[in-house]
Formats: sequence, structure tokens, C-alpha cells
Amino acid sequence: MTSAMLVSILMTLIAASTPLLLASLGELVAEKSGVLNLGVEGMMLCGAVAGFAVAFSTGSTGIGLIAAIIAGVAASMIFAVLALSLMANQVATGLALTIFGIGASSLIGAGFVGRTITRLQPVFPAMLSEHPLLRVIFGHDILVYLSFALVAAVGWFLRRTRPGLILRAVGENDASAHAIGYPVIAIRYAAVAFGGALAGLGGAYFSLALTPMWADRLTAGRGWIALALVVFSAWKPGRLLLGAYLFGAVMTLELQLKAAGVTWFAPEVLAMAPYLATIAVLTMMSLGRKTGRLDAPACLGKPFSAS
Amino acid sequence: MTSIITRRRLTFGAAAASTLPILGRSASAQAPLGVGFVYVGPIGDHGYTWTHDQGRLALEKEYGAKIKTSFIENVAEGPDAARAIRQLAQAGNQLIFTTSFGFMNPTIQVAKQFPKIKFEHATGYMRAENVATYDARFYEGRAVIGTIAGHMSKTGQAGYVASFPIPEVVMGINAFHLAARKVNPNFKTKVVWCSTWYDPAKEADAAKALIDQGADMITQHTDSAAPLQAAEQRGVFAFGQASDMKSFAPKAHLSAIVDDWSGYYIKRVKEVMDGNWKSGAVWGGIKDGFVKLAPYNDAVTPAARAAADEVTKGIVAGTLHPFTGELKDQKGEIRLKAGETASDEMLSKMDWYVDGIQA
Repeated sequence: MTSAMLVSILMTLIAASTPLLLASLGELVAEKSGVLNLGVEGMMLCGAVAGFAVAFSTGSTGIGLIAAIIAGVAASMIFAVLALSLMANQVATGLALTIFGIGASSLIGAGFVGRTITRLQPVFPAMLSEHPLLRVIFGHDILVYLSFALVAAVGWFLRRTRPGLILRAVGENDASAHAIGYPVIAIRYAAVAFGGALAGLGGAYFSLALTPMWADRLTAGRGWIALALVVFSAWKPGRLLLGAYLFGAVMTLELQLKAAGVTWFAPEVLAMAPYLATIAVLTMMSLGRKTGRLDAPACLGKPFSAS
Repeated sequence: MTSIITRRRLTFGAAAASTLPILGRSASAQAPLGVGFVYVGPIGDHGYTWTHDQGRLALEKEYGAKIKTSFIENVAEGPDAARAIRQLAQAGNQLIFTTSFGFMNPTIQVAKQFPKIKFEHATGYMRAENVATYDARFYEGRAVIGTIAGHMSKTGQAGYVASFPIPEVVMGINAFHLAARKVNPNFKTKVVWCSTWYDPAKEADAAKALIDQGADMITQHTDSAAPLQAAEQRGVFAFGQASDMKSFAPKAHLSAIVDDWSGYYIKRVKEVMDGNWKSGAVWGGIKDGFVKLAPYNDAVTPAARAAADEVTKGIVAGTLHPFTGELKDQKGEIRLKAGETASDEMLSKMDWYVDGIQA
């Protein structure tokens, strides 16, 4: 294998991992506050279609990204009102949000089918971003760097800051947090909105960077992988980064091995690998402790009422 | 006139519609002929379903107020499709097109209940007195683009982004490769199976992987334009699928295999109007107008252009069959003797690859 080929494979891998990382990082924060939002796929699609529609209409991918964030947050707020304020079942509401997102994005996107835009460009000047080797580091668009920065920021926020501690407290024991005087519902609203914003960006990564177009169900189920990743990561941002890249690597390598004509094992085995790894990690985690609660926030998925 | 039936309205409409057949029968001879369509995907897929809907629109243009078309989109393959087909039958349509392979059993089942209504099922093999089947010889188009690829490829390698190894896809790969190999005896075709008809990001990654492995011609049997975009980004050439996809990749898009169902639909509606519709099986190719090629890109060299036109002409005239012996599969077994051409039965059961294909 030549170094040029390796660089090319790495570039594909990083591009495939970025939307997974963005969407799952947002969901991680929402789940840390005790909210299980299964609507990631729906929010991603809302972000993808809004991002493309606005970028196509304005000619600016930057404005498209902002629109994607707004669309993701808006979709997440539907969930928040139903699941947090009206205390609807979170699992059912999340699933409904995904189905709603598929339909709404298809409706909004109907007029944009068959159009294309200039994809999101690398941040650094051509000297660095098109360098045959250095482009592995400098050849990416803004969202790739942003996703790394966000992993560090979220990790720092959750572990080292007071608001992060409060958010975790809300997720671990909402009644106590409420008794001390923290606004449980408001904090959860904020966490869900953050999740929506990153899911919107993750979705827009498809329609603005990976495959600059709109077509129905563009994200093709990546939202579900993002949900699995949060569990895989045991709700730790560092491990989430590892997981997203592991999933991205497997997804890319499967195709690379097929293209290279490797036939001594079934590529399907590789396609199963990340899910097997998830099961293995979950098993190890539950073997490691007696409680068997897998580090999940204790109040995950439970509705909270102040009264 | 068009009436769009969404799936939600379908449930409410089913009860009310049961009275409709009576109305339909008592209507005068001048009443427009109802023509219904059942689609597997959204008409906005810019691919397979979109091409069928273009056929429906062509019908409206041709017959105007003499017909009334309606369609149901996003119908899942399997038992649920029967409900959609029955709904169209009860709504008074006299001719119903069910446009996906998985609608085969439901079509036959509903057709039994409505012996007076004519049904047309695309890509299937089960027929009845009132159920005909129709399909397109896409492999003929693949032979043409394979010829162009053989002429234009510098690396002598094509990458094929494929869905599932079913006969329809396998015969396409073989037809493409055989045509390219005729031009360049050392031509290689590498196939990556995506195990899906539609996943744009995965299709793009598959195309990139093939380009990394040295392919400078990308062709596909999946539904999105993503492989073309990947080709455009990497500066190699590619061919569109189902519809003209030039807008996605102005430089890379050399041509495309375009499905065109409108001629068949217009003909069959006419036959129902004239009362001489008969069940049967039609498998139309370039000659019948089922398969067309999108205009060649300016980048297509004169030699490639001439060779591709030659192949098209040969296929239309019946002097050239993309599968002509001697053909050996990868194990060296002779599948077609010298001069022999593949029968339709052989094509529709094809599960072997010719030499030089890496699948």
C-alpha cells in the first residue's frame, strides 16, 4: 500500500466518522441530563434538509450550517415539550420524532431533489490542505476540527465545571437536584437543545460535505448508530471519540477490503464487528460491577415532575 | 387530472371507496379511463421511481382529459402492498401498474379479486389472464457505457458500486465488463457490494475505495447520485443510473443509462381504450425505447463515441448481442459456445461472472 493510498483511506475514514461523532456527542449530553431522545435520526434529517435548502438558496454553506443547527434545535424542542413538559413517554416520543423527521425532511426537500451545491471546503489554504501527506491533518473542513474541539469541551464541561456537575446531578438524581433548588426541567431543555444542535450539524455534514445533495432519507440510519455509540462510550466523551472512529473505520475498511479484492473473509463479518464490539463492551462493563447499571445516568428516560 | 393518494388517506379512503366500483360501472363511456400506479419509493428519489412517474406524466400529456391517473408512493414491498393495490382497484381504475419486484404476489392476489381490471407488474415473472409483466433490458445500456469505459480508461480499471448479487445486477456487471474487454482485453472491473439500494454516504465511500484501488471509471447499480459526486471530487469519470445525473457531476458524468417507461405506458393505455389489451411479458431494450443513453459528455473522445454508437446500432439492428459466445465464467467453464447468444432465461437466472471481474 502506498502512502498516498493510506492518506486517502484515512481521509475517507475521518469524513465517515465525523457525523457520527457530532450526533452522538449531542445525544451524550442530553442523556447525561437524564433524557433519552431516540429521535437523533429525525433531527439529523431536519438538519440535513434545512442546511441544504438554505445553502442552495443563499449560496453559502456557512449560513446552511447555521440553519441546520436551528432546524436540529427546533426538532429537539418538539421532543422536549412533549417528553419534558407534558411528560410523554420518552422512548415513544423519540421514535415519533424520528418518523416525523423522515416525513418532514422529505416534504421540505421535495423541491431540492436533483440539485447540488459546492461542498464544504477545507479550512486551511491549498498549500496545506492539498499537500499529498499533510492533508491528513490539514485537509479537512471546519466540522471535523469542530467535532474534536467539542469532544474536549464537553469532556471538560462535564467533569471540571460546576454547571457540568449540576447537569450530571440532574441526570443522576433529579429529585435531589430539585430539592437543592436546581431547575431540573430547564436544564434538561438546554441539554436536549444541545443534542438537537449537534444532530442537526451531523445531518448537515451529509448534505453539505459528504454528498452535497438532498435525497430522501439521506442519513440512511446513521442516527441509530449514534445512539448505539453513546452506550458504547459508557457516557464518556473520550471513549465516544474512540467509538465513533472505530465505527467509521469499520464502515470504510469494509468497502476498501472489498475494492482491494480481499476475499479470505466475508466482509459481512466486518460489518457486524462494531455491533459485536458494542455487545462485548457492554458485557465487560456489566461484569466489572455488581450493580449492572452500565454507568448510565440513573434517571435516564424517567419523566420528572416538580410537584 | 391527477389525484395523489397518500398512505394516510388510504386508510380513511378504503371504507368510502367500496361504493366506487358501482359508480364506475354506471358511468358513461365518455368517463376518463382510470390508470393507477403503485410506487416502491418516493417520486423524489430522482431515480427508479422518478422514472416511472415520468411515464405517468407522459400519459397525462398524451391523453389529457381522456384518462385520470393516480399514484400511491412509498409502498412497502410485501403484504401491505395488497392494500394499496386494492385501494386503486376500488377507486375505479381500469389499468394498474405495480412498479416493483416485491409487488408481485400482492398484484396476483388482488388481480384475482378484480378480474375486469387489468394489471401490469414491472420486473416480475408471475402472470395471469389480467396480469401482464414488463421489464427493461438495462444490460444493453450497460454494454454501451462499458464500450465507452473501455476506450476512455487510462488505468484499464473500472469500479462498480453494486447493491445485491441478484441476476439483474450480475447481468449488468457482466454486460459492462464484456463490452469494455472487447475494447481492452486486459480490462478489469472491480465490484464493491453495498448491500443496500440506497445509502448515499456508503455509495460515495464505495466509489472512493474503488478509486483508491486504481479505478478511473465509476459505474453503479445503486440508486443515488453519490458515486458520481465522489468521482467528480476525485477527478475520474462516471456513468449515471436510471436518470440523467449530469447536474451532480458535470465533468465526471460521461453518460447515463436512462429508464424510459413512457412509450410502453402510452401503448398499453391505448390498448385498454381500444379493448385489445392482452396479458403477456414484455422485456424491452434500446430498440423499444425502454432504455436510453443520456447525451455524451464533451469529454467522450471521438473514437469512444463512434464505438458506442456502433454498439447501440448493432443492438437495435439485432446484429449484436451483449452476451455472445464464446463466454467462460471465472472457473473456466464454458457458458456460451462460440457464436451462441444468451437466452432470456439464461440472463434472468445469471449467477456467474466472466473472467476479469473482481466481485
